[in-house]
Amino acid sequence: MQFQNLTLGYDRHPAVHHLSGEIAEGALLAVIGPNGAGKSTLLRGIAGLIRPLSGTIRLGGIGARDIAYLPQIAEIDRSFPISVFDLVGAGLWHSTGGFGGIGRRERQRISNALAAVGLQGFESRPIGTLSGGQMQRMLFARVLLQDARLIVLDEPFNAIDARTTADLLELVQRWHAEGRTLLAALHDLEIVRAHFPQTLLLARQVVAWGPTFNVLNTENLLQARRMCEAFDDHAAACEVPDQASHAA
Amino acid sequence: MIYDALIAPFLDFEFMRRALVAICALALGAAPIGVFLMLRRMSLVGDAMAHAILPGAAVGFLLSGLNLIAMTIGGLVAGFAVALLAGLVSRATELKEDASLATFYLVSLALGVTIVSLKGTNIDLLHVLFGDILGMDDSTLLVIAINATVTLLVMALIFRPLVIESVDPLFLRAVSRSGAIAHLGFLALVVINLVNGFHALGTLLAVGLMILPAAIARFWSRDLSLMIAIAVTSGMLSGYAGLVLSFQTRVPSGPAIILVAAIIYLASILFGRVGGILWRLFPGRHLEA
Repeated sequence: MQFQNLTLGYDRHPAVHHLSGEIAEGALLAVIGPNGAGKSTLLRGIAGLIRPLSGTIRLGGIGARDIAYLPQIAEIDRSFPISVFDLVGAGLWHSTGGFGGIGRRERQRISNALAAVGLQGFESRPIGTLSGGQMQRMLFARVLLQDARLIVLDEPFNAIDARTTADLLELVQRWHAEGRTLLAALHDLEIVRAHFPQTLLLARQVVAWGPTFNVLNTENLLQARRMCEAFDDHAAACEVPDQASHAA
Repeated sequence: MIYDALIAPFLDFEFMRRALVAICALALGAAPIGVFLMLRRMSLVGDAMAHAILPGAAVGFLLSGLNLIAMTIGGLVAGFAVALLAGLVSRATELKEDASLATFYLVSLALGVTIVSLKGTNIDLLHVLFGDILGMDDSTLLVIAINATVTLLVMALIFRPLVIESVDPLFLRAVSRSGAIAHLGFLALVVINLVNGFHALGTLLAVGLMILPAAIARFWSRDLSLMIAIAVTSGMLSGYAGLVLSFQTRVPSGPAIILVAAIIYLASILFGRVGGILWRLFPGRHLEA
């Protein structure tokens, strides 16, 4: 996956500014940085939910169907009357579509996914009755069913207790071992050090990118913290030349 | 005595039988739509759309008098135009759907009232506003039955994307484009059912047969399919009881139907098993686990 001079943002204001680089297939990459650093924006861009303001994202043969994207939890309507089983089953969308049947094989796959995240027995529970940790387990089960080559997790362990985090990290390791590419926005540096070989430290621009033990040093972290949070209504148009268009 | 009050009117008078068939068909289509409107927090959207179809129906009326097909087509065109424009504007710009819908329906309503007042009389306006369920002729019944059938078929087709779009729109957008189709298809169904209800209950009360049964169902179940079944049943029940009430007391039938639904709604608020007031006040001892 390649980024070329990528700028992502909202209403012409950049949130990720002039990002260039490459993520190898099968990588396990942590995206870290302070609040407002553009982590979520970058992940959304990769998931194809927002269009770049300039520059390009090349997914190298990975289509929209091969991406599983797990947003921050707040975007789900938990009051909607749907069962855990049905919501997790939506992970099979690419094989069932909007109208395909859920047969015995699909039921088995859904049950297996629920078992893999430790939610056996929760099948018929309405999603509104789940705790925060159970909710996240459920969403991981849905990602599991999506069977995607590229998995994008946006702050998956926020407000999640240690045991749930450990269980879900096991799943992350399993996906990594299966050769899938994984990107996760994270805040807990201990988790990053222990489980993620590669790290991208973001503060709208790239502060550091590479093997985790190289990236996570005091100097880099300080630099990221000093990042400019300015969102200037009267900011002039960015004059840094767009290399992609120059090359073309 | 009970027979005379509850059953005889339908055996003795054909217009009552027709009205009963019409209201049952209406409930079958409108109630599931209402459940989704409520769950998607769009209850007032139905109301807005009801106003939006008025000018179309008025134009149909002006062109060909009290002709049902013309008014239906006019209403559909106006409703679709407003629904699609509002949907497109909210998808393409920052404006939320409720705001864009509000602007379009107000314009549409102003146009509608202007058109009706240009040529129509007050009696015509009353018919448009409150409908006439006791005057169902063959073609009206046919239109209502076709609309209800189309509604159920389309609903079955878009059910899954509509549910997922309601729970987790971002997920559906990431895996499929069917979210937009489901959304627009759903708005289209809202319009079709409003036009449908329009002949029987008028533009203003047509929404009642969507929203009240849905609100009733919310107090009795946490399961979507069950909710829809309860909504349909309570819609039909209100229709039947409303017709009887109207027959015995000479209250206009449209308001009578909605008032009966309102009574069931009040009872549900009080006694409903899911979040009813009585169960909140006296929940019983808490459970072990």
